[in-house]
Amino acid sequence: MWQYEKKLQYPVNIKNPNPKYAQIIISQFGGPDGELGASMRYLTQRFGQPFNEVKGILTDVGTEELAHLEMVCSMVYQLTKNLTPEEIKKSGFDKYFVDHTAGVYPVAASGLPWRAEYIQSKGDVLADLHEDLAAEQKARVTYDNLIRLIDDPDILDPLKFLRQREITHYQRFGEALRLTTDKLNQKNFYAFNPNFDKGFKNKM
Amino acid sequence: MKNKEMLMRKIHALDFAIHELVLYLDTHPVCKKAMELLKEYRKKRKECIALYEEKYGNYIVTPADAPASGCWQWLSSPWPWENKEV
Repeated sequence: MWQYEKKLQYPVNIKNPNPKYAQIIISQFGGPDGELGASMRYLTQRFGQPFNEVKGILTDVGTEELAHLEMVCSMVYQLTKNLTPEEIKKSGFDKYFVDHTAGVYPVAASGLPWRAEYIQSKGDVLADLHEDLAAEQKARVTYDNLIRLIDDPDILDPLKFLRQREITHYQRFGEALRLTTDKLNQKNFYAFNPNFDKGFKNKM
Repeated sequence: MKNKEMLMRKIHALDFAIHELVLYLDTHPVCKKAMELLKEYRKKRKECIALYEEKYGNYIVTPADAPASGCWQWLSSPWPWENKEV
């Protein structure tokens, strides 16, 4: 189970609201490579894992992603505070505002709501870890793009922190994949994995 | 059920009682009775954990509980979803 800690993993203190920026940053909450998907991906994949190291890293990275989700939501919240109707209309934030006011709702920058199809839980340690490695790189590119598009140093600071975490997670998942392949039967390196039942093995 | 598991369940029951009080206190922040119960359950939980650690070693439920010496005990089985005896 989980317990809440009343703090952000890294501080978010944005002085100037900017609904245009909020609309692109929100993609790292509810977009295809966002933190909501990341946390759900790792925390659900845990159940299918055969090795304790992989259960551990998925639990601990999945938990950290919940903290990142909170940071991204805090950024969206601070960027959409005290807006006038004029600012809402001028920035294009009106399309979000009409359905959610300034509430934080998981959508991509395009407006598409979060979908479970963004993630996969395959019940296969090799497939899952490869998905996780790709997911970390895609999230890193999304942070790269946000950093390219944004000029406010108050926003860039936490974005750079989050980008760095994607790189660290990629490194750890790479190590988890290496630990996993080390434990597989070398003769069946890619064809099999430890989750296959014996009856199925005979058909391969 | 083994004594170890019984004691673990007692700690988990106290955790739940404390959590239930937290929800209650969120909407009744000045309730003295709830605050008294919280104090009592927290004390009992502390005592149970001390007893557990005396008998069975480290009580590990978060990475922060795992000792910073020897092997990294956080990873040891069973994980809570595994339906195996502790």
